[in-house]
Parts: sequence; C-alpha cells; structure tokens
Amino acid sequence: MLNFIARRILIAIPTIVLVSIFVFVLQKLLPGDPILVLAGEERDPVVIEALREKYRLNDPLPLQYFAWAFQALQGNLGISLRTNLPVLDLIGEKLPVTLQLAAMAMTFALAIGIPAGIMAAVKKGTWWDYAATGLALWGLSIPNFFLGIMLIFLVSVQLNWLPASGYVSPAESLSQNLRTLVMPAFVLGNALAASIMRHTRSAMLGVLKQDYVRTARAKGLLERVVIMRHALRNALVPVVTVATLLFGELLAGAVLTEQIFTIPGFGKLIVDAVFNRDYAVVQGVVLCTAIGYIGLNLLADVLYVVLNPRLRTR
Amino acid sequence: MTKKHTATAALRRGLLAATFVAGACAAFAGAASAQNLRVGLAEDPDVLDPHQARTFVGRIVFTALCDKLVDVTPDLKFVPRLATSWEWGADGKSLTFKLRDGVKFHDGEPFNAEAVKYNIERAKTLPESRRKSEITSVASIEVVDPLTVKLVLSQPDVTVLAQLSDRSGMMLSPKAAAAAGAAAGNKPVCSGPYQFVERVQNDRIVLQRFPDHWNKAAYAFERVTYLPIPDSTVRLANLRSGDIDIIERLEATDVKTAKADANLKTASAVGLGYQGMNINLANGERAKNPLGQDKRVRQALELSIDRDAINQVVFEGQFAPGNQPFPPANPYNAKEIPIPARDVNKAKALLKEAGVTTPVAVEVTMANNPRSQATMQVIQSMAQEAGFAIKLKATEFATMLNEGTKGDFQANQYGWSGRPDPDGNIHAFVTCKGGLNDWKYCNPEVDKLLDEARTLADPARRKANYTAVQQILSKDLPTIYLYHESWIWGMKKKIDGFVAHPDGMIRLDNVKG
Amino acid sequence: MSLALDTAAATASTAPRSRVWGKLLRNRSALVGGFVVLLFALIATLGPWILPWDPVKTSWTAVRKAPSLVNWFGTDELGRDVLARVVYGAQASLMAGVVSVSIAIVIGGPLGVIAGYFGGWTDSIISRCTEAMLACPFLILAIALGSVLGPSLVNAMIAIGIAAAPLFIRLTRGQTLTVKTEDYVEGARAVGLPHRWIIIRYILPNIFAPILVQATLIVAQAIIAEASLSFLGLGQQPPSPSWGAMLNTGKNFVQQGQWWMSVFPGVAIFLTVLGFNLLGDGLRDALDPRES
Repeated sequence: MLNFIARRILIAIPTIVLVSIFVFVLQKLLPGDPILVLAGEERDPVVIEALREKYRLNDPLPLQYFAWAFQALQGNLGISLRTNLPVLDLIGEKLPVTLQLAAMAMTFALAIGIPAGIMAAVKKGTWWDYAATGLALWGLSIPNFFLGIMLIFLVSVQLNWLPASGYVSPAESLSQNLRTLVMPAFVLGNALAASIMRHTRSAMLGVLKQDYVRTARAKGLLERVVIMRHALRNALVPVVTVATLLFGELLAGAVLTEQIFTIPGFGKLIVDAVFNRDYAVVQGVVLCTAIGYIGLNLLADVLYVVLNPRLRTR
Repeated sequence: MTKKHTATAALRRGLLAATFVAGACAAFAGAASAQNLRVGLAEDPDVLDPHQARTFVGRIVFTALCDKLVDVTPDLKFVPRLATSWEWGADGKSLTFKLRDGVKFHDGEPFNAEAVKYNIERAKTLPESRRKSEITSVASIEVVDPLTVKLVLSQPDVTVLAQLSDRSGMMLSPKAAAAAGAAAGNKPVCSGPYQFVERVQNDRIVLQRFPDHWNKAAYAFERVTYLPIPDSTVRLANLRSGDIDIIERLEATDVKTAKADANLKTASAVGLGYQGMNINLANGERAKNPLGQDKRVRQALELSIDRDAINQVVFEGQFAPGNQPFPPANPYNAKEIPIPARDVNKAKALLKEAGVTTPVAVEVTMANNPRSQATMQVIQSMAQEAGFAIKLKATEFATMLNEGTKGDFQANQYGWSGRPDPDGNIHAFVTCKGGLNDWKYCNPEVDKLLDEARTLADPARRKANYTAVQQILSKDLPTIYLYHESWIWGMKKKIDGFVAHPDGMIRLDNVKG
Repeated sequence: MSLALDTAAATASTAPRSRVWGKLLRNRSALVGGFVVLLFALIATLGPWILPWDPVKTSWTAVRKAPSLVNWFGTDELGRDVLARVVYGAQASLMAGVVSVSIAIVIGGPLGVIAGYFGGWTDSIISRCTEAMLACPFLILAIALGSVLGPSLVNAMIAIGIAAAPLFIRLTRGQTLTVKTEDYVEGARAVGLPHRWIIIRYILPNIFAPILVQATLIVAQAIIAEASLSFLGLGQQPPSPSWGAMLNTGKNFVQQGQWWMSVFPGVAIFLTVLGFNLLGDGLRDALDPRES
C-alpha cells in the first residue's frame, strides 16, 4: 500500500510540472496586454516599459517560466499584478473559503443523491425510480448562475430569509457565515447530486443481486434492514470514492456560483485573474487546485482499496 | 437581515478589531447597526495607493480614505480640502497653495508642505506611478514655509489644479509611504476622514473613522465597509434585502424597481465622461475603408443614429444623449452645435455623394458587457436602414485596449470616465500625439487650439477654443459621441444628506442614516 | 462540473444489438429523454422555416412587452420576439452541445485508443498530458481557451471541445485496455494482423457503446457550459441568439417582473439538458450487460 502511494506521488510530480507549463503557455497565448490594463489611463511609454521590466515580461518565454518555477520551488508564487498582494497570501485567504463551500456543497449533494439513488435502485423501473432520478437530475440540468439568481430573488429579496450575497468568515460570526453559504452550497450541491445518485443507484443495483443480500432476505429480515444494513454499506464504497473525486473538482468548479454570490473563493479569484490577465494569480491558483485534485484522486484510490474488503485481502 | 444579527456580528468584529485598532471600536459596538455604513461597489478596486491606482471604484474608496489638496463641487468649482487657498503666478507658471493647519495623517505624522512635496515627487518618480502624464508640467516643488508650497510649472498649465483634485493631489503619510515603497497600497496611510482597517480581496474593504480628522464632526458613521458586487442584479438584490445601505451604478433599467420599493430611494447625476464610437482613421491597414477615409461616410453614420431612441430603449431615458465630449450641463458644452436629428435620407444622400457601394461594411469592436452590446445592437439596426452593414465583434476589455493601440480595429465603442477639467476629456484623444488617440486623428489646427486652451486662465477664452475644436470635430468625426452615462445610486430611505456628484464619488460628509 | 465521472458503470462488452433496442424501448427515461431531444432537434431544424418572425428584428415601440397574442413569449430588451429567439437559439445551443462533443471525441478518441493499444512510452506521455489537463478545472480551461480564441459561438464550441477531450482520452484508453485482453484481440495480434486493422475491426466496435453513453451525457454538460461561457460574454455574439446569452440578459429584468425574457430560454435549456441526461442514463442501462 505504501509502495503504491509512493509510486503515485512520484507519478504526480511530472503531471504537476506539466500543468504549470500548460497554464503558463495558455496564458501567454491570451490576447490582450496585461500591462496596458495595468497602466490604465497612463499611456506614458516610459511607465509602460518600467512595468514590463518589473514583471519580467520582456524576457524570452522559457526564461520567464524558469524564473517563475525557480521562485515557486522556494515557496514564492509572485505578486498579483492587479493588487500587488502576494499570491501565496491570496491563496491562503481564499482556500479556506472554497474548502468550506465545497464541504457544504458536498453535504447537500450526498443528502440528495444517496437517498435518491437508493430509492431509484430499490424501486427500479417504477415511478419512484423516475421521481428520484428526476429529483437528482434537475439540479444538473439548470445552469448554476440562473438557479443562483432565482434563489436570491426568492429567498433574499422576497422572503428576506438569507443574505443575498457576500461572505462572513466563521471567526467573525459562525451563524452569519452559515447563512451566507447555505444558498451557494445548495446550488452547487444540487448539481453534484446527480453524480452521487447515479453511482449510488448503480452500486445498489449491483449489490442487491449479490448472494449475501439474497441470503439476508431469505432469512426473513425486514426489507428495510436488508437494504440499510447489508446492501447500503457495500454500495457506499464506490460512492465514497466518487465523492472524493467530486470534491477535487469542486475546488475550482464553483466558478460561476462564486461569481453570482460574490463569494471570495478560488473560483472568483481565478476568473477575475483570467480577465485581468493577472498571470501570477492564475498560475498560482491553478497549480494549487491541480495539486488538490491530484491529491484527492490519490486519496480516492486509497479509500477504494481500504474500504473494499475484497481488494484488501489481495 | 435582523438588527440582532448585525449587532452581534459587529460586536464580534469589534472584539477582533480591538486587537489592532487599540480598542477604539468596542465602545461603539452596541450601537453599531446605525454606525456601520455598507457600500456596494460594482468592481473590486485595484491597488489602494493613489499614485498607482487606476480604477474608478478605487477612487470611491479614496474619497473616504485619502484627502486631497482640493475638491470639486457638483457644478465643477474647485474648493479647499487640504489646501485652504491657492494662487496662480502672474505668468501662469506657478501655483502656490496655503495648507490647512493641524492636519494629521492616520499614523499621527503631521501634514505640511514637506509632505506635499514628498507626495507630488513620489507621483512623478515612482516607477509604478500612473500619475506621471497628469502632472508632467509640474517641474519642481518648493517649500515656502511649513504651510505654504509652490508648484513651479514648466509651462502655463491650468489643468494642474484639476489633477490635484483627484489622485495626483492625494496625500500619503511620507513616513509610511517611504517605509512601504511600492507596496504602500497594501496598508495605505493617508489623512482622510476614514482610516484603513483591512482588505480582503474580492470581498471587502473596511475603514474606520479617523478620530483626529480636521473635519471629523461631519462624518457620522463609525465604520464604512465597501463590498464589491459585480453583478448589478445581485447588487440591487442586496440593497433590497437590507444587507447593504447604498450601492453605486444602479442599472438605468433598475431605477423603476428601486423607486417602487418603499424602503429605497435613488439619486443620480449625469457623469463627467462620455461614451462614443471611435473610428480608425490612420492607424495601420485597417483604417483603409470608406468609413475611415471619407468623413462624409462618417457623417452619414452619425445621421443614421437616433441618440434619443438609444437613451429611451437601452437606458429608460436615464442617461443624457450627447454629441460632444462634454455633457450638456458642462459649462464647456457648445450649445451652438446641437445633437443632429436622425435623417436617413440625408445619410443615404451623403453615401451616394461619397460614391461608396452600399451597404458599407463596418466592423465595430465593443466590450462584452450588456450595456455596450445593447447600444451597439440598436445602432446596428438603425444604421442598416441608411445603408451600413455593421458587424459586431465583442472582446474583453483587455483585448480591446491592445487591439486599439495596435490599430487592429475599424471602429470601436468605448468611453471615458471623464475629468472635471475639459482638457482631460479631449486633449489626449484628438491631438496628433495624444496618448489615447488610437485612431490617429491629426489636425494641426485642433492641436493648436487645444494646446493653447491649456494655458488660458480666462474660462470664456478657453471655451471659445473648445467650441472652435468642436466645430471641426463635428465635421471630421474621429469619434461619434453617443451619450453621457448617469451615475445612479440606490440607497435606503433612511440615508440622509447624500449629494449626487457628477464625478460618481460617494462623499460621506454630512451623510447620516 | 461533474462531467468526468458519470460513466464509471459502463463497461466494454456489449449486449447483442436486438436486445439493446428492446431494452431501450422499455426504458422510460430513455424514451422520455429521447423524445425531448428529438423534439428540440426538430424545433432547431424546422422552426426557423415555419416561424414568421425574425429573431434579430428590433422594434423600438415594443420593448420588453409581456407575452401576448402577437408575441407569444413576449419581446426582449430591444423589442425582438422571444419565441423566435428561443427557436433560433435552439440551433446555437444544440450545435454547441453536439459539435463540441464531436470535437472532443475526434481529439480524444484516437489518442485514447493509441495510448491504450500501444502502451509503453506513448501511453505514458498521453496519460500524463491527459492528467495534467484534467487537473485544470474544466470551466477555467474553457474560459481561458475561449479568451485565447476570442468570443464567438464557434470558438466556444472549440474551447469546450478541447477542454472535454481528456475525458474521452481517459475513457477510450480504459476501454481499449479492457478489450485488448479479450481472446479474439490477442488472437488477431498473434496471427500478425496489422494494428490498424485490429483497431478498426475489433477494438472500435467494442468501445463504441460506452463512448456513446459518455457523449450523450457530456452533450448535456456542454450545453450548460456554453450557457456559462455566454454568461461571461464568451459565447454566441449579439445579435444572434443563444439560450445562454438570452438568459444572461434576461436575468437583469426579473426583478422588474419581466420574467418572460429569462424563463423561456431557461426552461428550454432545462428541458434539453434534462432530455440528454435521461437519454444518457437510459442508454447506459440498456447497454450495460450486467443488467437484465
């Protein structure tokens, strides 16, 4: 097992280097001159040239990359072109927000997806199946930004239950913090529920055909007990794996939801950075999400083996 | 949101803040709900260093954070702020300020002539400074006595005073600025009515009342929190749900909704800037088309446009149609050049006279925001009737700027946020060497008139020059001016004493609520 | 975006064709989904021929009018007919879904097969690159690519297609690896048949089903992705309509009570995407040999 993890981490290193090169090249392909945006209404060529020098934009591309990589290896991800703040500070500031949002979204996704998946599998082919499937699919079928805006109108403006947007850190007020995140987490979680439902359903269908479930039924156990105690426990293995993988995608998958609810997390940071050509920020944040994504993938694989008794005994 | 929540949140905030703002807040925490003003901004400001900053929203924050030498009134008169009076030298080549006595920076350092000298020199010399072109004519700064400072100009330039009413005239504490260098914006130390507490990028900027401000009695709120909320719909939703007290840039189409809400009111002022279509006349290959080469074709395009209809359809009549860089109410607006009425027949006749084959194909680049897109789609369908086939190309703003300087455009639609002095709305755009003249319009007569206008202290003579320029530009049409945006604010009914300024700033003196 | 994970249940070997059709016809979600997709495809292709209204014709006198007998779905902010725009927008949105997924398959399919079939260094290189791309968030990738290419519907499709390609590389590679070990493939290789022949004759037919399922589900997500890019101004350009762009403008007018500008395109997106999702789920059930 340890061998396996070590090998995976070794393999991850070239992948992360590739990601950084990839993002770097992609950014350089972006049209638009960051310095012109940065210079604003100041078009003095001397100023523009000075800014270019400062951000090393006159160097040849490979040199720019190596300069960045060299600094990055020492833990320095550069400073934001737009606000002059260190990228590492920005990441430290935004990562907890995104993690909390992702965790809450995942809670919603599991709370909708697992019961819907069980229902769909147990009552396969009946209207219960279709109703549960529909419940899980509707969130996937509606654009996040649209659902978000509609919820703001309904819940905040009409009913005045929750704040319309923004973010309060839990250190400041935990109740306010939860109130600001409930709606965006629901919107995000709702879209993920479909994946959870699909995997729960298909895993349940597989498990329900297994011998031990038949045995349990034959023993005359209550159907509810059979499903909850025997079937579900085994069916949840792939679901846990999937949830871990989905969490990795959530790290920056909240792009538009954060935009609408103006939550200062990774998604908003990175979209603003792409549009402002804030190279160092894009580079730093994508690198960070990539590492998170790869790490969670590894965790998912480990969990799959750990939770799956058949594989463990091998 | 309930009062209880705000109060507890504020109490917690107060406790947190106490650790670094010397307990100043805790005493007020109980009554905080009325003491904290929450302002919704349309964008996240950039660097909070007045010499490096470049965004409009940044200036809104500076209005509370950083005092400047002079301020400007809604009718564009310059009034004392940190300077109590000023005087031009007889040759127009110097400007002497008397400074306010007893002013302190947020770090307790005194504000004086040395500080002014330090700041203006910083604006001129800091490599990252974006203020250089604004104050190029300031050759040197002399400290006459602790409260008198003399700016020596390289040539007569009346626009300097207007520049000092904005970021070029904002004063940082020399001690703090020298220590922080280019990073001064991360924790700005100025002398404004509010001092910096914290900033969370994309989330908030928190300011706290400065107890030693020279005019502190005029500022009612203990705290001001600026919250960037880019989506206009969400911004309004926050105002309506009570989470925010005042928002800037309410969409024109939302005014009715805000007015219909019993808890809200609105305020508006036609801005200092303009929106227009700029036509590439001589910047590279892409200028070589009928629109760029023949002013009759440009005149035809202008005649095909019904500016009033654009205002009604896209902006619900909230903005001001215009055909000049100066808005209608501006003293420099030339009344003798009225907005031409739409005249499709005359437009067609002009195209015929120019001998071009219709439809005239034109590609117009525009920013990919709803406002530009709606305006251009209206123009597209108006111009079609006169014989133009306009193709619209939306780009991001960053790309549009880049293509503009490279000459990679036939025409583009964007605007200018405007300056209180007329020079700031026109000189850089139409003089042969103007820094923002991406379309390369060049007319020695215009250059002469505009250069001269900078040196004229008499407003009537200046106006004569600007009117003469307008006479030429309205025929040559390097830019077809379209409309002047209004700044529209939405706020809670209880907010009292807010004055709508054409510069779009939110000045907090005598605002209560 | 949960694109990547939804075909975990699909496997390589396929049930006989006749049984598949039978199962498909008995699967209600597949039928409903298929019907909805077909309906919108018909609207997209035939609608513009039948409808008398012009989707880009503006009218200053009828701006933001509520649904009426003249304009069934009302008019938009420039006085254009919303029904006409929804119908023409169907073309843009369906195209965005289908074309971008086709691009993803054309790029991803061959690379995946090559990686899976030949293994070794080729596989390592392709797999590392795929992982690197997958590690970049999908929508961020699409946004960046959309910015590089410039805002337009075609570019949005290319951007989404490229961003989705690694999903197909991963899928086809995995499927190819499974099929490769089947007896008949190993037999064919032992006989010394050319690789090209083995791939076309034996591999492709056997990995077709899971790719079809994945493709159907990703079309659904690609339609949403186009709407999202439109929301950021990188999709279909005005005055041409697409649902995402309509939704983006329309949302600004909901607070004024002018719901029709966003509700109709919103419902259209919802139904179409739901249709593709149901169809995809149904197809998977029908094609999955484990289910009887």
